[in-house]
Amino acid sequence: MIPLIEEEVVNRHRWVEKQEMLDLIAIAQSCPGVFAINIAIFIGYKLNKVRGAIATAAGTALPSFLIILAIAIFFKQFEDNRVVAAMFRGIRPAVVALIAVPTFNLGKQAKLNKLTVWIPILSALAIWMMGVSPIWIIILAGIGGYCFGKMRNE
Amino acid sequence: MIFFDLFITFFKIGLFGFGGGYGMLSLIQHETVERAHWLSTSEFTDIVAISQMTPGPIGINSATYCGYSAIHNAGYGHLMSVLGSATATFALVLPSLILMILISKMFMKYMHHHSVESVFKGLRPAVVGLLAAATLLLMTPENFSTPSDNLWQFCISCFLFIAAFVGVKFVKINPIRMILYCAVAGLLLLYE
Repeated sequence: MIPLIEEEVVNRHRWVEKQEMLDLIAIAQSCPGVFAINIAIFIGYKLNKVRGAIATAAGTALPSFLIILAIAIFFKQFEDNRVVAAMFRGIRPAVVALIAVPTFNLGKQAKLNKLTVWIPILSALAIWMMGVSPIWIIILAGIGGYCFGKMRNE
Repeated sequence: MIFFDLFITFFKIGLFGFGGGYGMLSLIQHETVERAHWLSTSEFTDIVAISQMTPGPIGINSATYCGYSAIHNAGYGHLMSVLGSATATFALVLPSLILMILISKMFMKYMHHHSVESVFKGLRPAVVGLLAAATLLLMTPENFSTPSDNLWQFCISCFLFIAAFVGVKFVKINPIRMILYCAVAGLLLLYE
């Protein structure tokens, strides 16, 4: 997705400089929400303030929204079809594996050490076994990161 | 009021959805399956599969589909369900709109401040945990069956899980192609 956005925004339309784009990408990735939407809002706001932001956000969300809506309406009528049901029985385990793969990739990227490796393990167990809301894990991790950063600076 | 609840739920997901589409999955799963019971685990898994196979951000895709299904499962017609998917998608995007505009307007210079960066640093390992939780939460009898319930389906499911994991992670098979292979396997081996 990033090369596609860069091509359009930096090379073709020249709305944003290359260096500024890299900075915006880094911030949009750290912030909550959908990355493509975040970057679209940054660029829309830069071009035409709040109106621009609304326009680019809507433009980015709309194609996916329409495609999925069509599929949802279509799929609801075939849910009980035996062929479709059999296909999805095969697909479901694969989807679980497709979420397991980025878990390991992201774990590698996060450069976990002997101490920090407990953070993902304990958060996963808390959500999985104790039904803790992921929102609490996010809040706690943010506060933890802030405190740790403060301590290291002093 | 299910529409209001749908709005609040996806607003929360948009506000706390760190770590990209996959990081958002455990939030969506927790809110829509575990808490609100709008969807069953297998329905949620199907939505993830469909989101994987279509272009566009997985967050938007699953919000749109969840919004539609939640209203539809509550017994409303197509028109109301479309309204439900619009509500969920709008609610998901709204926090981004507010936050990114605020950042553009006045906080851009603070984004590289060390306290902000240490908050983001703290989130990174937790997002790995969120993803791991999303994986574990989907390993259910609904998705894999059980040895006592249907031994054949259980064994095939475990095999497809391992095959998909190895195929995508080590053999670098395209995930969409992998889903299609497993659909064919399901059709041949799990047709009832």
